[in-house]
Amino acid sequence: MGLELYLDLLSQPCRAVYIFAKKNDIAFELRMVDLIKGQHLSDAFAQVNPLKKVPALKDGDFTLTESVAILLYLTRKYKLPDHWYPQDLQARARVDEYLAWQHTTLRRSCLRALWHKMMFPVFLGEPVSPQTLAATLAELDVTLQLLEDKFLQNKAFLTGPHISLADLVAITELMHPVGAGCQVFEGRPKLATWRQRVEAAVGEDLFREAHEVILKAKDLPPADPTIKQKLMPWVLAMIR
Amino acid sequence: MGLELFLDLLSQPSRAVYIFAKKNGIPLELRTVDLIKGQHKSKEFLQINSLGKLPTLKDGDFILTESSAILIYLSCKYQTPDHWYPSDLQARARVHEYLGWHADCIRGTFGVPLWVQVLGPLIGVQVPEEKVERNRTAIDQALQWLEDKFLGDRPFLAGQQPVALGYELFEGRPRLAAWRGQVEAFLGAELCQEAHSIILSILEQVAKKTLPTPSPEAYLAMLLRIARIP
Repeated sequence: MGLELYLDLLSQPCRAVYIFAKKNDIAFELRMVDLIKGQHLSDAFAQVNPLKKVPALKDGDFTLTESVAILLYLTRKYKLPDHWYPQDLQARARVDEYLAWQHTTLRRSCLRALWHKMMFPVFLGEPVSPQTLAATLAELDVTLQLLEDKFLQNKAFLTGPHISLADLVAITELMHPVGAGCQVFEGRPKLATWRQRVEAAVGEDLFREAHEVILKAKDLPPADPTIKQKLMPWVLAMIR
Repeated sequence: MGLELFLDLLSQPSRAVYIFAKKNGIPLELRTVDLIKGQHKSKEFLQINSLGKLPTLKDGDFILTESSAILIYLSCKYQTPDHWYPSDLQARARVHEYLGWHADCIRGTFGVPLWVQVLGPLIGVQVPEEKVERNRTAIDQALQWLEDKFLGDRPFLAGQQPVALGYELFEGRPRLAAWRGQVEAFLGAELCQEAHSIILSILEQVAKKTLPTPSPEAYLAMLLRIARIP
């Protein structure tokens, strides 16, 4: 059995791993774990990842979770082009710095934007107060500004002249609020041109393919009560 | 000018970098930036790190933030013993896996007791009991995962914050307690004591009312942080 990737393209970190593997022609078996159906909460999936999260990687007997760890593992194992995660000490530190920063900032903002603006009201049928939504969107705004001012600045990509893991992780995050109808790139020309560069570097077809699910998420039919009951604790814990 | 490290031992990630550098004999000029006084939001410090966060490393013109990035940078630059950041593909992946999980489940969560018991009251804010309870549950759950899933690896040392604040983290968790003992023995009791002296004496400082007054800039940042407690 070769490499297996347990993914749902609804999830931002899954998209990053998917794009990365495909872009670099890494052969893998895709194991879909349908989050909306709660498959990640099943006993079967707990055998793969007891933490019940995606993405997860299985390489023979070796199982690995956490998207950043997976991306770095793939980079090293398949000896991929240097620009993804440079050998140069300082260039690499910049990628590490972004990957660490984004966990509690962009990741959190984008996730909350998707759920507060769209998934709660549309999919789960749970109203979100205007104050909560406003606070979430304001936080997203602040984070986007930091992304531009502290990381992108006047460079072509987040950590230098070439695309790296940082850009892949960032762009897949930003598509979350886009899926919810947020105007992430409008009024932000620097970010918009960076996005175009990232899409071009990744390949527009692959980018589109990876984002089909999130861009159609607003058309998801409302969850039936059983599913909703099953998913609620997980959702609430996830977006805290 | 050699390597400079801007830190406050009140902060968990600052402690990790401090302990790592000291343990490995990495020459650093330490620059204390007092979080409670709000020095991390001062104009001077924001010139160095516009995010106003600690720890921050300055290596000549190269400025680096984020403790895990700093730790990896130091371990590579100073070629520290392999076990800290193994070159083996799978062993290294495990370290990154832990660091990723830690960012989600330990970082924000384990800092909350300090906000509840010390920093909130310092600016006259009381965190609702409901949130305190929720945090206790989250800490419990994280410790369970730490024990069940991650024990056996050698991740960089996390903080000891909740312990300092009376949370009996290691009671009823013999494996975690044994692990803690091993980590402390490896690092050396003196170094651990030194790195944790501030956080371990924080309640005493509260009782004696010797904590500094937060600056207006710090006050605002603190309010925002407390609001984010789930």
